[in-house]
Amino acid sequence: MQVTIIINGETVSHDVEPRTLLVHYIREQAALTGTNIGCDSSSCGACTIHVNGEAAKSCTMLAVQADGQEVTTIEGLADGETLHPMQQAFHECHALQCGYCTPGMVMAAISLLDENPQADEEEIREGLEGNLCRCTGYHNIVKAVLQVGSDQ
Amino acid sequence: MIPVAFDYERATSTEQALSLLAEHGDEAKLMAGGHSLLPLMKYRLAAPAVLIDIGRLEELSYVRDEGEELAIGALTRHCEVEQNDLVRSQVGLLAAATSQVGDPQVRHRGTIGGAMAHGDPASDLPAALIALRGSLVIDGPSGRRQVEADSFFTGFLETDLGEDEMLIEVRLPKLPDSTWSFQKFNRRAQDWAIVGSAVVVDQGICGVGLVNMDSRPIRATAVEEAIKNGSSAAEASELAAEGCEPPADINAGMDYRRHLARVLTRRGLEESGR
Ligand SMILES: Cc1cc2nc3c(=O)[nH]c(=O)nc-3n(C[C@H](O)[C@H](O)[C@H](O)COP(=O)(O)OP(=O)(O)OC[C@H]3O[C@@H](n4cnc5c(N)ncnc54)[C@H](O)[C@@H]3O)c2cc1C
Ligand code: FES
Ligand code: FES
Repeated sequence: MQVTIIINGETVSHDVEPRTLLVHYIREQAALTGTNIGCDSSSCGACTIHVNGEAAKSCTMLAVQADGQEVTTIEGLADGETLHPMQQAFHECHALQCGYCTPGMVMAAISLLDENPQADEEEIREGLEGNLCRCTGYHNIVKAVLQVGSDQ
Repeated sequence: MIPVAFDYERATSTEQALSLLAEHGDEAKLMAGGHSLLPLMKYRLAAPAVLIDIGRLEELSYVRDEGEELAIGALTRHCEVEQNDLVRSQVGLLAAATSQVGDPQVRHRGTIGGAMAHGDPASDLPAALIALRGSLVIDGPSGRRQVEADSFFTGFLETDLGEDEMLIEVRLPKLPDSTWSFQKFNRRAQDWAIVGSAVVVDQGICGVGLVNMDSRPIRATAVEEAIKNGSSAAEASELAAEGCEPPADINAGMDYRRHLARVLTRRGLEESGR
């Protein structure tokens, strides 16, 4: 089946099997490997992307569900060499160690502030409940999101 | 994990979805948000030959004030229910339960209709629906019908929905002056409930629905009766596990679940001002 997806602002078309998961489509057909697969079972959030601006787990969507929709991945955030404010804050606050969770964490954090720009620490911790990080202990991630929130 | 191959159909209207169901019979499955169905298909616990995607039926995504009742379209996503002003002011318990479902990513995709139609005893929303004495509007070849929550959930992942039928709407009596509490006990923030208790009190009448205390979402009838007969929250909640056959699994045995049902129901009743 032919799908047409506006991915990071660019309209792309591919032939996919209906059972193709969106995350596999993004990584293998759209060749954007920034989005990671962690648990492959909807729990860890490593595969988080935006569908029409809202965070979603791309391991729990079919590519055909994104047909005609706008998808944003971690690659779509920076403006040339200028990082997105959330990426910049993660960098400044040392909000990553191995970096595996980071693409999904950044996408979830942006969606969270879109919906609740004044989110306080507790709301940020709760809002990121769908994203697991095995390295940082979360403190610096929360700090980064708080920093972006207070800069807005 | 990749699902077994299937044919994909995208419905553009409720009518078309129903005719696709009629055409493909038990080979077909409806998919709303896909957040219960896709994980099952990935584990190959479900393998429909035809997947009918109803996720884009805007016509079934709404919250409407219908006088005595609130009507919520089956395709309304959790994030929309949880934020909706009418839901929050008229059936606050449902908003509270919905905000406890999974995580924001899940709530951006999952729908109220999918949560009801899935018939999972571990799901938060059926318990809230039971407590609120809601009902479900179903459409199919033999026309529209409405079923009370108590008769809709018939067994483990089983509901009153026929193979050729579709859930259209969830209806809830408006209870603007009610007090309520949704108590969910889980191990980690985004997890499913080990046990949950949904409590609503309106003009002295209370409704209690339990999560994960039987093979289907159920009503704590004995607690409701006891409150009606003047028992205190502490006395009534002692009856919360009466008649329940809770599951035993890696998280909790049956006795522990019964204990949780009593404790959570007491907290729920107390928080609701009983
Ligand atoms: C990581 C994760 C965590 C979760 N945590 C929770 C939680 O804590 N609490 C909770 O309650 N739920 C939880 N869920 C489940 C979530 O609420 C699902 O969104 C919901 O149960 C199903 O909704 P859906 O729209 O995704 O349905 P789908 O997955 O699309 O469908 C589920 C079933 O219902 C049928 N169906 C769907 N819509 C209709 C309709 N209109 N008419 C007839 N049949 C229909 C389908 O055929 C299928 O059998 C979680 C899910 C995930 C992935
Ligand atoms: S890979 Fe999708 S949630 Fe873990
Ligand atoms: S930085 Fe390693 S998992 Fe988060």
